[in-house]
Amino acid sequence: MYERSFSLEIIAPNRVVFQGDATSVTAPGTLGGFQVLFNHAPLLSSLDAGPLKVKNTQGADTVYATGGGYLEVRDNNVVVLVESAERPEEIDIERARAARARAEERLKSHDPSFDAVRAELALARALNRLRLAGRH
Amino acid sequence: MPTLREVRSRISGVQKTRKITRAMKMVAASKLRRAQSRIIAARPYARKMKELLGDLAQMAEIQTADLIAPREVKNLALVVVTSDRGFCGPFNATLIRAAQGHIAAQPAGVNVRLICIGKKGVDYFGKRGYSLTGRHVGVYGNLAFSFVQSLAGEIIARYLRGEFDRVDIIYNEFKSISTQRILIEQFLPVPPLPASPVVPKKPVDFIYEPDRLGILLSILPRHLNFQIWRILLESSTAEEGARMAAMENATENAREMIATLQLQYNKARQTAITKELLEVVSGAEALRSPG
Repeated sequence: MYERSFSLEIIAPNRVVFQGDATSVTAPGTLGGFQVLFNHAPLLSSLDAGPLKVKNTQGADTVYATGGGYLEVRDNNVVVLVESAERPEEIDIERARAARARAEERLKSHDPSFDAVRAELALARALNRLRLAGRH
Repeated sequence: MPTLREVRSRISGVQKTRKITRAMKMVAASKLRRAQSRIIAARPYARKMKELLGDLAQMAEIQTADLIAPREVKNLALVVVTSDRGFCGPFNATLIRAAQGHIAAQPAGVNVRLICIGKKGVDYFGKRGYSLTGRHVGVYGNLAFSFVQSLAGEIIARYLRGEFDRVDIIYNEFKSISTQRILIEQFLPVPPLPASPVVPKKPVDFIYEPDRLGILLSILPRHLNFQIWRILLESSTAEEGARMAAMENATENAREMIATLQLQYNKARQTAITKELLEVVSGAEALRSPG
């Protein structure tokens, strides 16, 4: 099977997670999931916390749990800028569980000193990690 | 004149101290290397972030964004970044002094509250009746981006609620192993963004999802998260550098001290031998003379 590839970089603050060629990227856009293939139109989209799926030139899929960020497409160069990206086997399940419990507690407490938006974002990150880690 | 035995035990004491300071220097050196590599690892992200922000800086609408529009300052929050551990020379002391200077320099009527990161700052300011409104201890050991997200998120939320009108951060920047520079930066409202060095690429018609302003405004909090991340990396690198330099000095001082003590010991030993010889000789002399 012949598929044309584009260059992909996944960049997090602590490391460059992926750098190389890919034939497809499926990303959790803020307005809904979308897929980028060869010769995609120039695009800048923000991403929510969710799974980022990369198909490499051998046709193998890799999934990353991302913590939200941006995806830019320009001339078959795709840059994904995210605050965190982990493969399922790298996810610290205990930590994600603790984060989920903390976020749920805060959402339930209705304490005005915690803001609900932040708690919901933290909850989304934790749930995304747990979902992907469970699938692995 | 100390006795021989006293000098000998002091020498061995100083030798043990030197062993410890030398080991601490080695540990600091390896931690320094790790910290430096984390700074380097953050560069690609920094570069891309700057590019996106440069785009933002060109839009007129952002001047009125909540996180950018300046306010009249009645409540100032100062984030003080110190270390958790000591043995790093004047690293914390000079920073604390500079922080006090910054507090004193505020015009009358400005209420200053502190958010301390690192045990040294928490201990110092906590004991002296400053108003501490955030204490974060033990974050350097396993520095995670999730800590930065929650800290920056909290500061931003409190800023938006009007608890603070301005937020400054004071920290040590890593210049070289033996020198740190203390920097005070305005964190909120976000200081004027540097426009991106105009990239004369062919203009591209981007599809923006959601819209351009929406995307670019959502970058601001992430930009702030990253600023704190950068500052914590910077400070922990500077800390290990300062510790390495301090331990290097201590090891050197111990070496000099041992040399001085050794000299003292040899002199004392020689004096003792001379004295004993004299006694033997004069004793023999006394035996021989009654002829």
